[in-house]
Amino acid sequence: MDYRTPLSKVRGLGSAKSGTAHWWLQRVTAVVLIPLTVWLLWLFKLSFYAPYQETAVWLSAPLNSICLLAWIVAVFYHAALGVQVVIEDYVAGDGSKIIAIWLVKLIFGVLALAASIAVFKVISAG
Amino acid sequence: MIHHNRPLSPHLQVYKLPLTGVISITHRMTGVMLSVGLIVFVYVVSAIAAGPEAYQALQGIMGHWLFRLVYGGFIYALFFHLCHGVRHLIWDTGRGFDKATLNRYAFYELIAALVLTLAALFLTFTG
Repeated sequence: MDYRTPLSKVRGLGSAKSGTAHWWLQRVTAVVLIPLTVWLLWLFKLSFYAPYQETAVWLSAPLNSICLLAWIVAVFYHAALGVQVVIEDYVAGDGSKIIAIWLVKLIFGVLALAASIAVFKVISAG
Repeated sequence: MIHHNRPLSPHLQVYKLPLTGVISITHRMTGVMLSVGLIVFVYVVSAIAAGPEAYQALQGIMGHWLFRLVYGGFIYALFFHLCHGVRHLIWDTGRGFDKATLNRYAFYELIAALVLTLAALFLTFTG
């Protein structure tokens, strides 16, 4: 049984391809981020007031660095999925849409790597 | 493909958004805003990784009243996005779509986000 209309076959655009995975991962990362983000506010509190040693020691404690790395993966994935939807809704041309999404994912990927490397650096120094 | 001269409804220039509509677009705007704000997070962890001097410089910036003001704004954006996100999860179960519930939840979200923001800022900036 072929559910695609003749018009969609001619245009070659096909289906959305991975819409369900996108939707589902947006939810999974959202649920993970609820406790982790509230927990993360502690890092900002330390950064506001605590001396260097205290913040570095807190960050290199195993549970904290694991949670922070998990937060980094979840938050950048969640942000990339979210901004992708915004681009899909407001950028009209297919070419600029694909390039914009690709660029956003590249930027979030690089930022996630930079943040992860910083965490590893604190762990190895501590 | 872009179609011109199609009827547009609701037309955003003449249509007054109801509270639910304002909240919906605010969810999107806070999402984009928080995504951009992630750059500040990367700066914070990088400064911690770079050692005591970079950390001192970071604390100099974070101590400025303007940074704290913007930080407070971001925390409200965060908790609003979180509260509305929870509602999206409730909607995903197929519940809460009737008009009265929509308006009631919209009100709850704004209050909950405000309370959570005040609590978080209080815990951050005092003892």
